[in-house]
Amino acid sequence: MEAVLSIIIGILEQGFIYGVMALGVYITYRILDFPDLSVDGTFPLGAAVTAMLLTKGTNPYLALLAAIAAGALAGLCTGIIHVKFKVKDLLSGIITMTALYTINLRITGRSNLAFFNENTIFNSGIALWIPQSCRIVVIAILLAIVVKLVMDWYLHTKSGFLLSACGDNKTLVTSLAKDFGKVKIVGLILANALAALSGAILCQQQRFFEISMGTGAIITGLGSVIIGMNIFKHMTFIQGTTAALVGAVVYKGCTALAIALGLPTTDMKLITAVLFLAVLVINSREKGDKRA
Amino acid sequence: MLKLEDINKTYNIGTVNEAKLFADFNLTIEQGDFISVIGSNGSGKTTMLNIICGSLAIDSGRLLSNGNDISRLKEFQRAKFMGRVYQHPDMGTCPSMTILQNMALADNKGKLFGLTMGVNKKRIDFYREELSRLKLGLEDKLEVKVGSLSGGQRQAMALLMSTMTPLEYLILDEHTAALDPKTSEIIMALTDEIVREKQLTTIMVTHNLRHAAEYGNRLLMMHEGQVIMDKKGQQKTETKVDELLDIFNSISVECGN
Ligand SMILES: Nc1ncnc2c1ncn2[C@@H]1O[C@H](COP(=O)(O)OP(=O)(O)OP(=O)(O)O)[C@@H](O)[C@H]1O
Ligand SMILES: [Mg+2]
Repeated sequence: MEAVLSIIIGILEQGFIYGVMALGVYITYRILDFPDLSVDGTFPLGAAVTAMLLTKGTNPYLALLAAIAAGALAGLCTGIIHVKFKVKDLLSGIITMTALYTINLRITGRSNLAFFNENTIFNSGIALWIPQSCRIVVIAILLAIVVKLVMDWYLHTKSGFLLSACGDNKTLVTSLAKDFGKVKIVGLILANALAALSGAILCQQQRFFEISMGTGAIITGLGSVIIGMNIFKHMTFIQGTTAALVGAVVYKGCTALAIALGLPTTDMKLITAVLFLAVLVINSREKGDKRA
Repeated sequence: MLKLEDINKTYNIGTVNEAKLFADFNLTIEQGDFISVIGSNGSGKTTMLNIICGSLAIDSGRLLSNGNDISRLKEFQRAKFMGRVYQHPDMGTCPSMTILQNMALADNKGKLFGLTMGVNKKRIDFYREELSRLKLGLEDKLEVKVGSLSGGQRQAMALLMSTMTPLEYLILDEHTAALDPKTSEIIMALTDEIVREKQLTTIMVTHNLRHAAEYGNRLLMMHEGQVIMDKKGQQKTETKVDELLDIFNSISVECGN
């Protein structure tokens, strides 16, 4: 019983931490229809910035803000590469992702950086008010919900309306006398800021940075968004942001299940990839059924 | 006043499909003109509108709006003083957003899209009033997603949305073509009403010869990238649909098809 409970708590922790990234992917994939691979670089970028700052004794919340800023900057780069230099969307992301590998190494100075004695958001400040047994999961959920609420608010502002319009009907954005490219860049900035924040939270939770921790991040993000959208397909009153978060928990639940069934944790990326493939196949089958 | 000066446009330059459409094309549109444009398929009507709106680059020539060269302005920059309604109803609205949100988007055209609330509650009454002009009952469906409306309802909204903020030119490309006869008449009458009320300089492409004869103060017929008929004022008023049909047939005969 206790083992099951700890697995469930673990799933919720991971699900809500990765859920923050899924919220970002929701912007690029769902709203902008932009397959943004930079996430594979900005997720570890957030972690690298956090790890570097924490080992220097920075306040862990400040470290999160710094990660957000770094992610936003990387998103800006992808946006400029795509919009100003007219590079294809997939390639723009790959360029940023590849460049970030080196930048992440430069930030931390090495491919692994552990910090077991520093203050993190999970063991200092307001965290101490929460019972130790559920500290991580409570903080992870709280952070994800705050991010979701901020995003819901943003999507109802004028700027958010324009972003939604951008994914819906780009002709209309032009008709509104707005530069479609600029709106896209804003979306990429937001998405990558969230991916970096997600990486930063994960880094603080596991207390180490590792250069390959971003590999497959985009797949987890896309998988989460697609699962979430499918779960709530017939419930239009559920917001897309809620769906993305729930999707992330389900996705992480599936990978955790595979490991609980005996697969070694080193198989994680393979599990992530196969699961994503399964999600895509099921998704396209269902669409095919509808057409038939 | 909008002036197209010596416009040259060739599609697919340097390929086997190279096709010169406009050669030193000239057209002057006076302030307040409501021009109906007719012409066979492929005569260059849409291309002309695309050139005016900036969705298509020209090879050479100039566009002047009230004497200012606007040739270098991008499409979104020209949209500040141009409104456009397309043939396809999908082009003018956002399907995943509600009627209210769509109206609010259009209302904010030309202003900053910042971090204030997307829908300004104080404007809702105004949106209701505008929507009620369509006589489609949309004013009672503010929270309905536009994607679930019919093509005609969406087109009606597109027309309202594109003319909500101050404009100089209104560009209409077969904007009633996808609609049933009745809705088509309603939209056409509404178009006329809005054009008069806001004193918009309007260019309307249509295949409906009756609409072309009935509405507007000037009538152009295009053929193979040229204006082959240009009737204004009195001349235009006297033009009958049958006459237009005859000219249509005669150019088809000349071309041998
Ligand atoms: N993107 C394009 N590439 C190549 N040729 C084009 C393109 N768009 C239009 N053309 C050609 O230019 C000519 C004029 O096309 P245009 O769309 O302007 O005609 P139209 O008068 O609007 O016709 P319709 O009544 O069918 O809408 C046609 O011969 C067409 O084949
Ligand atoms: Mg056309």
